[in-house]
Amino acid sequence: MRRALFLLPVALFVAIAVYFLLALNPNRDPTLVPSALIDKPAPQFQLGGLEGGAGLASTGLKGQVAIVNFFASWCEPCRDEHALLMGLEKQAGVPVYGIAYKDKQPDTERFLKQLGDPYHAIGVDENGRTAIDFGVYGVPETYVIDKDGRIRKRFVGPLNERQVTRELLPLVQQLQHS
Amino acid sequence: MKALLALLAFLLLVPTALAVEPSERLSDPALEARARALSTELRCLVCQNETIDESGAPLAHDLRVLLRERIAAGDTDAQAVKFLTDRYGDFVLLRPPVEPATYLLWFGPIIVLLLAGSGALLYLRQRKAAAPVAPLSAAERQRIERLLEEES
Repeated sequence: MRRALFLLPVALFVAIAVYFLLALNPNRDPTLVPSALIDKPAPQFQLGGLEGGAGLASTGLKGQVAIVNFFASWCEPCRDEHALLMGLEKQAGVPVYGIAYKDKQPDTERFLKQLGDPYHAIGVDENGRTAIDFGVYGVPETYVIDKDGRIRKRFVGPLNERQVTRELLPLVQQLQHS
Repeated sequence: MKALLALLAFLLLVPTALAVEPSERLSDPALEARARALSTELRCLVCQNETIDESGAPLAHDLRVLLRERIAAGDTDAQAVKFLTDRYGDFVLLRPPVEPATYLLWFGPIIVLLLAGSGALLYLRQRKAAAPVAPLSAAERQRIERLLEEES
């Protein structure tokens, strides 16, 4: 019993050390907010489009796996992920939709003209309300929505190659076959 | 001098000025007071240790306006808060709810205090209960006197 008491500080130290070690993981971002909408139905929305575009509505996403990307021309990290998005629709084999978050339409159009338009269709969310319904707290954010219209995954911040090949593509594949 | 004092007073006031903009306020003071009270309990998701009441982030502005819209539309406080937790999770609450996942957070400090307190109590009691030191024997006393004499 007494010996066990002497081991207590050692055990405490080990517990704290393990906790710190986990917290020091460079891939862990403590400011990341977990999505409250995982496995819940994606919010309803009806957004107008850009010049010549038909816009985007939640009803249009039903019945298929879809990727929805929130972006803005004023958002620097959106430029970082843009090249990756350009090839994403082909890679994933499912439509990639864009929602322009709190952006002026001419700016969005110029952004897409300069860098290319990776989107199947675009909705304009000028007041950011649809983004709030999704729980977006910064652009870019990317959502994977399943055939039943439920949100299955959220990526906060610019997508990178690793996330696409290791997480996004396998998930899309799995959802398509389920 | 007066101007300087006025400037000083102004500068002192600035940090406490909140981010709620006049254009956001509701005209009904009772509703506005409720919105203010709620918004001081809600976390800004951009500047994560600020409330949406004090944050200057555009998203905080949007959430303040949204909160006021809900309240003006007749939501109770709980309904208005639920509107936000449905979208952003319990993370937006600066005062997390008491539930199994947060028991450690809420009761951890009390548990640590109890553990440390009972440890300290045990230790103190043990010290008091330790056998009293035996008085010196006659031989020991003689030896001490001898040593003291040698020293002097």
